[in-house]
Amino acid sequence: MMDDVKRKYVIPGDVITTGPYRAEENVHLYGDKIIATTVGISEIYDSGVRVIPLTGMYIPRIDDFVIGIVKSHTSLSWELDINSCYAGILPAQDVFGRDFNPKVDDLTSRLKTGDLIAARIANSDRSRDPLITISDRDLGKIEEGELLKISPSKVPRLIGKRGSMIQTIESATKAIITIGQNGFVVVSSEEPEGLLKAMEAIKMVEEQAHVPNLTERIQQMLGSNSE
Amino acid sequence: MGVKKTDIVLLDENGIRCDGRKINEPRRIMIKAGVLKNANGSAYIEFGENKILAGVFGPRDVHPKHLANTDRGIIRCRYHMQPFSVGERKNPAPSRREIEISKVIKEALEPAVMLENFPRTVVDVFIEILQADGGSRCAALDAAAVALADAGIPMRDMVSACAAGKVADTIVLDINNEEDQEGQADMPVAYMPNLGKVTLIQLDGVLTPQEYEKCVNTALEGCKLVYEVQKKALKEKFFGDDAQ
Repeated sequence: MMDDVKRKYVIPGDVITTGPYRAEENVHLYGDKIIATTVGISEIYDSGVRVIPLTGMYIPRIDDFVIGIVKSHTSLSWELDINSCYAGILPAQDVFGRDFNPKVDDLTSRLKTGDLIAARIANSDRSRDPLITISDRDLGKIEEGELLKISPSKVPRLIGKRGSMIQTIESATKAIITIGQNGFVVVSSEEPEGLLKAMEAIKMVEEQAHVPNLTERIQQMLGSNSE
Repeated sequence: MGVKKTDIVLLDENGIRCDGRKINEPRRIMIKAGVLKNANGSAYIEFGENKILAGVFGPRDVHPKHLANTDRGIIRCRYHMQPFSVGERKNPAPSRREIEISKVIKEALEPAVMLENFPRTVVDVFIEILQADGGSRCAALDAAAVALADAGIPMRDMVSACAAGKVADTIVLDINNEEDQEGQADMPVAYMPNLGKVTLIQLDGVLTPQEYEKCVNTALEGCKLVYEVQKKALKEKFFGDDAQ
């Protein structure tokens, strides 16, 4: 399966291929040419073509798991910083339930400016700011942990193949790491040492995302530090 | 002061120009991507004696809000010359010329950037001319395009720009400052090399239809040379040694 995927480094304007392929992420179709629109690694698989970006900001997509920072609120909703060009909108009904009454309920009693929340993008379209929800399992306010900001394009590298990278870091440091697709990462741990080590490892992944065998290097780094 | 108009030999009998170049030879071009930490994307270009920095922010919220467009993003561009960029101190306030160049650069980038993906946002492009030497609008545009790609803003194609002109009744590539002042025509052209589309063309001077066609083609050849340098700059930053 992996062998059928053709990879290539591309910059905007590079013609990836011509022919009957589906143009997927970060490419556009011009005549019969499929052209990259961003700096990244192009992939041709099955009948689709896409580019995995190496730079750029987070673009909200429906069902993405993100971490948001409460920026402000109106009487009906909170505004969240989701590291994108658009603010995330969290409606008050989502937190207070159906019987929310803006005359009675005070939004600051549940979430204050600066609070971190684990959330999911409920809806995102061109016409308005992305709608965010926390009504699901494992979503809601994040009570403790350190916030790290990494480039959203490095998130897949931090997670690794089938979560290998993140599992390596978590098991070596006993820290709990929550990664939002938007590049916000929350690390929490009982032991301050594990916390620092996990943060260091995450920073290392961000800096050296392009290096091969990074998981092994991280393992080495974490291993040598514990002695 | 100094050299009189007639003293400069713009083109000698061997086809060598005043700075030693041949008719179809561009100046030395060097581009480096990602030179600024605080901007989302940046580039530095040396184009002959031109030294130019470009920084890009965005897409981000538009302030003031009335400038925002509800169905697509907008580009704002500022081309600015430092007081020390030219021989005599330049007043740092934007001049008529700088406002015009800001506008044409903005309009040359617009067809390339996929603004329709980012409604209600702005992409800010800031260009600082540290040292000017003729053809700075083309060099600025080249740097701005690399900075946009460095910022990861979706683009249909790169934009490469280069000038051509008429000097001593001959069409030459990449006009420098002396040739601009003393020559007969100057034509900056910006081009999307993979789509084969021109996004900027200006002409200062008088050309016959035949000369015009030759001048455009010469400039396009220059754009293709610039494109290779832009490509190299981006590949160097993102792929390092393993770039093919």
